[in-house]
Amino acid sequence: MIGVDILDEMFIKNGLVIAFLVVGVMLFLADWMSKKIFNKRIPGVAIAILAALVMAYFGGDKGIANHSVFSGMALLGGAMFRDFTIVATAMGASLSELRKTGLPGIISLFIGVIVTFFVGGSIGYAMGYTDAVSFTTIGAGACTYIVGPITGAAIGASSDLIAISIAAGVVKTIFVTIITPLVAKKIGLDNPGTAMIFGGMIGTTSGVAAGLAATDPKLVPYGALTATFYTGIGVLLCPSVFYLLMVYLL
Amino acid sequence: MKIYGVAFLAACYLIGQVIGKYIGVGLGIGGNVGGVGIAMILLVMINDRFYKKTSLHVETQAGVLFWSSMYIPVIVAMSSILNVKVALSNGWVAICSGILATSCCYLLIPLISKWSKLNLKKSTE
Repeated sequence: MIGVDILDEMFIKNGLVIAFLVVGVMLFLADWMSKKIFNKRIPGVAIAILAALVMAYFGGDKGIANHSVFSGMALLGGAMFRDFTIVATAMGASLSELRKTGLPGIISLFIGVIVTFFVGGSIGYAMGYTDAVSFTTIGAGACTYIVGPITGAAIGASSDLIAISIAAGVVKTIFVTIITPLVAKKIGLDNPGTAMIFGGMIGTTSGVAAGLAATDPKLVPYGALTATFYTGIGVLLCPSVFYLLMVYLL
Repeated sequence: MKIYGVAFLAACYLIGQVIGKYIGVGLGIGGNVGGVGIAMILLVMINDRFYKKTSLHVETQAGVLFWSSMYIPVIVAMSSILNVKVALSNGWVAICSGILATSCCYLLIPLISKWSKLNLKKSTE
């Protein structure tokens, strides 16, 4: 089939442009559904993100990008564009707001990493992963899906443990994306100060960014700012201080 | 010109990436520590300074604002390339630890937020 080959080649060559079209159509349909079906009670962005997650399930290790038609999604949704556009959102942030919540933001980063690590690790412990290496790797994975594998590799965890830790981190990102707009009101997430604390406590940049986008796009820069430091602090603490503590305790 | 805004954004981003990388290497953990955060602080500070003297040219601002508005489409694309299958298929340990650990953090957010507001009041009094 020559026709299919030609189309296939065109899809791969123009991946990014196709991604623009696909995402544009997705957001248009999601907005339409939000208005007509859900009476604006569920924001269009949240519907689009949920649809994207469902699509990802039918892909492979790179989600939908495993299909050649959607290969450009990996570029548009990759770390470069994600970070570049997140930096651009800072244009809407005010310096005085950032200063006001600076210290609580930093404190929430440490509390967030500590709580997540020990709760995540304890659940692994309760489910039969009782040695220090397992506890540390699973706890680190609960922080973010980057902290998990880096920590696991550093302390010599087995590859299936590392897979669990990555999975825990991805579950967290998906969970945060879906749950944030639903609980935003209950946790008082409607101002820049709380958004910064939220970013520090939760920490997964992707999840925080997606969750806030679906809640109130104005809050994105504040949450993203603290969240970008979370993975760094996690990678710093988990394989060193926390691991030594677990070796001592278990 | 809009490209001035895009170039300004690119400069902040790249400076942040370089500093973040050096912090990562300096701490001996590799990777990029807070590069995006540093770039954001840089952009806010420069923007704030311009704002006080003469605000950035409208066209220049439009160059940055375009990318800031592309943020949501990027997030949608990003959600579509997550490894959802592995997340769901790696068993209950991953699902439970991911969800329960995060839920505890959600519960703590109002407490820290309250504490932060009390602190703020004290410092202004």
